[in-house]
Amino acid sequence: MNNLNLIFPEIFISLSLMTLLILGVFKKNSAALVYNLSIVTLLILLALIFNLTSANESYLFNQSYKIDALSTFMKMLTVGSGILVMFSSSKYLKFIKIFKIEYPILILSAILGMMVMISSNDLIVFYLGLEIQAMSLYVLTSFNRENIFSTESGIKFFVLSALSSGLLLYGCSLIYGFSGTTNFNLISENNLFEAKYGITFGIVFILVGLSFKISAVPFHMWAPDVYQGSPTSVTLFFAILPKIAALAVFIRFLYVPFVNLIDQWQPIIIFLSIASMVFGSVAAIGQKNLKRLAAYSSIGHMGYALAGLAVGTNTGIQSSIVYITIYAVMNVALFSCLLMMRRNEYYYENIEDLSGLSKNHPILSFSLLIILFSLAGIPPLAGFFAKFYIFLAVIEKSMYWLAIIGLLSTVVAAFYYLRIIKVIYFDQLKEKYDTNHQIGLKVTLLISTIFILLYFIYPSVLTNIVLGINII
Amino acid sequence: MINFPILSSIILLPSIGAFFIFFVKANKSKYQSNKYVALFISLANFLLSLYLWYIFDKTSTDFQFVENREWIPGLINYKVGVDGISILFIILTTFITPLCVISVNSTIENRLKDFLIAILLMETLMIGVFCSLDLIIFYLFFEGGLIPMFLIIGIWGGQRRVYSAFKFFLYTLLGSVLMLIAIISIYWMTGTTDVEKLYEIGLETKYQNLLWLAFFSSFAVKTPMWPVHTWLPDAHVEAPTAGSVLLAAILLKMAGYGFIRFSLGLFPSASDYFIPLIFLLSLIAIIYTSLVALMQEDMKKLIAYSSVAHMGFVTLGIFTMTQQGISGSIFQMISHGLVSAALFFSVGVIYERMHTRLINHYGGIVSVMPKYSIVLMIFVLGAIGLPGTSGFIGEFLILLSAFQKSFLVAAIASFGVILAAAYMLWLYKRVIFGKLINENLKNILDLKKSEIIILWSLAIPIIFFGFYPDPLISTTEVSINNLLKIYNSNLEVNLTNSSYE
Repeated sequence: MNNLNLIFPEIFISLSLMTLLILGVFKKNSAALVYNLSIVTLLILLALIFNLTSANESYLFNQSYKIDALSTFMKMLTVGSGILVMFSSSKYLKFIKIFKIEYPILILSAILGMMVMISSNDLIVFYLGLEIQAMSLYVLTSFNRENIFSTESGIKFFVLSALSSGLLLYGCSLIYGFSGTTNFNLISENNLFEAKYGITFGIVFILVGLSFKISAVPFHMWAPDVYQGSPTSVTLFFAILPKIAALAVFIRFLYVPFVNLIDQWQPIIIFLSIASMVFGSVAAIGQKNLKRLAAYSSIGHMGYALAGLAVGTNTGIQSSIVYITIYAVMNVALFSCLLMMRRNEYYYENIEDLSGLSKNHPILSFSLLIILFSLAGIPPLAGFFAKFYIFLAVIEKSMYWLAIIGLLSTVVAAFYYLRIIKVIYFDQLKEKYDTNHQIGLKVTLLISTIFILLYFIYPSVLTNIVLGINII
Repeated sequence: MINFPILSSIILLPSIGAFFIFFVKANKSKYQSNKYVALFISLANFLLSLYLWYIFDKTSTDFQFVENREWIPGLINYKVGVDGISILFIILTTFITPLCVISVNSTIENRLKDFLIAILLMETLMIGVFCSLDLIIFYLFFEGGLIPMFLIIGIWGGQRRVYSAFKFFLYTLLGSVLMLIAIISIYWMTGTTDVEKLYEIGLETKYQNLLWLAFFSSFAVKTPMWPVHTWLPDAHVEAPTAGSVLLAAILLKMAGYGFIRFSLGLFPSASDYFIPLIFLLSLIAIIYTSLVALMQEDMKKLIAYSSVAHMGFVTLGIFTMTQQGISGSIFQMISHGLVSAALFFSVGVIYERMHTRLINHYGGIVSVMPKYSIVLMIFVLGAIGLPGTSGFIGEFLILLSAFQKSFLVAAIASFGVILAAAYMLWLYKRVIFGKLINENLKNILDLKKSEIIILWSLAIPIIFFGFYPDPLISTTEVSINNLLKIYNSNLEVNLTNSSYE
């Protein structure tokens, strides 16, 4: 029975998810009720997971499910950003008329899938979680079904995601075939000091599938279209939560069963990292749509997170986790600003719509200023520290080229962030936007901006937690 | 009083002021009061830093008023402290900032509040650069300055402000990221980024050249040295007066300070190895940019190019590695800080009245603006380096030590002094003397009270330090000797090590 405590959060979210579904079906006009209840569910869930932080590292279900510092932290991060997403988007959903009961339920089920992914210690459990998550995301992407872009992006995402899932499954089967088990611990016990071709192929296929999920170059093609087409609140969800979950799986998958094969996978991760950093920063330069730009910028950011993983040390893993945390906060802040660009019931999402924003909305534009400089990684904002930890870990292992390419691409990336700041601060004034935003949105923006701005005062708040995560 | 964190107070006071201004509601009537708050804060900071100078012990070789706190446990300590080299730059910064605040009166019409916040934040960051005794803290302050400066140029600048702001930002960022890599590498080689400890430990010879180049890439852009100086004329021309002043008077000095503190102290054998490179680039800067300055039509651009030439003297002096040379360089930086600030303020004065910076739009001003012509004369002579102005002492010391190193270098550099006289006097002649042709000029008003305050408070130290340089020289003397001692002993260790290999 003691063991069940450890997956109580998962049980709780599954049960409340089903209850809410039944409630929504049988009670008419209950969209708002279900929405609020699911926020409450997430808050309780956060408390439940927090309760587990003191738990020792332990396994469940024949070692196929693992609760440790990594999984608790990543779950809290997932649920926490989920709460912020829900907080900030209810009014948006009402305005574009997709405020329906399915929406919060799909979000909850996606979060459930991610929690399973994060804790998985077995290829099958991992795949199970991945599919729960992906199914919910397909529907969420095309949730605005009367909008042609939304449906298009749903189809696109579905087709490509299914393809990548197929590759991933193929990789799983190869690994199973050559090692005789799907369990991460057992794979690592099965003496894998000598690389077998089948294992290497398996790793490659699984990495391809995972890179697709975090949109690392060259498996990023879906990201810009899906980001642009989906409803903004879903894009926000997309930009953060699946990446946190996938990164956790990356860590677990690379460093538990295949840590001895680091020679095999390290070049792949380095390649993915460099390609994402360079491509993410160069391709974003020409973008006009903010959501599309956010897609390219998140591709670049994933490159940095992968650079931390490529190092092969605990410091590297920890730096990646710090990176993804700060990345999550920055994206919440950025998208909250996007959700505020509403005028006469229409949401604007082009860069030039921000023109002269600083005169009408000084506080909003000041927040954007901080967020964008932070995304560009300029000290003393949080984004700088995120990059700093990554490069600290990278240079420890003397991977100078990775560091130099990474830092040079931050300079390129700085250009397009500056361009947005230029539009906000230097360009001609346009009409005012509406200011009657919901409180949740304002609070979300406030919290995240203050976090970014004042992170430098006490940077160890995050690092101290992350230092407890030792995988190797 | 001993435990009072005076340095942190000097660093933080301006940002507290900025914070205060940020939260005061932006009514039209309150704009003036915002300005008084900013002025009060920056003057208080100036007095505080003068007090710091007063209680500073000139005879000690150690860093003083050191504050050392754990910031990121096991990784970075917040460590600040001053020695004879940095204290002068702190005073320069706190001296120039109130003048900038006074000057915004008429030049900045819109968004005065934001401008004041930007200037005060800039002050915090600039003082932080000169105080920090930890490489990462230094980097934070050094880079953080980009944000307010980018906004100052971009929001309140001239016509090509966007281009200039981007160029300034990207050039500097590109130079600095390599420095960040070098800093992190130093951390992993030695386990610390504390400057004092690094002076003791010394770095291995074989890595020094690369690390030196990484730091150099950042400082060379900021100095600016030829051929990466091109951002400076653009940034200067487009920035508002206060922005140009901050750029010329203080931001450029960060790099010179960085050369002295880090390049010399941390990488002695590399500094020794790269002396010819620095000399070459400095000489090109002195001669080439002086010639370019001669051809300028735009007053601000002319002064900007003259800044590059003057900074060429500074780098030349630093890398002579002699007591006189470094002392002269520091003196030259302080003097150039005063003179270039004064020149930019002066250009601001007539630009505000005529809205043109082109030299040929002026002429014969002396008959309508006599007060202005007198102060400008002092500044022009200061820029030339006439004996009796502060400009002379610095250049003289630098050339003196350059002669010890190489006759040829010194001879070419001296040629730069002549060129400086040529372009500055020609500028003065074309603007002030001659016939008053432009009709609009006839109604031009002479200096206002606030302008008199600004310009004379710059003119007095320029003359004072020209006649009596001792306060500056004696402050730096012990620290420079100490630095050279560290330099020479580390150099010796490095040379013996490499001969073993």
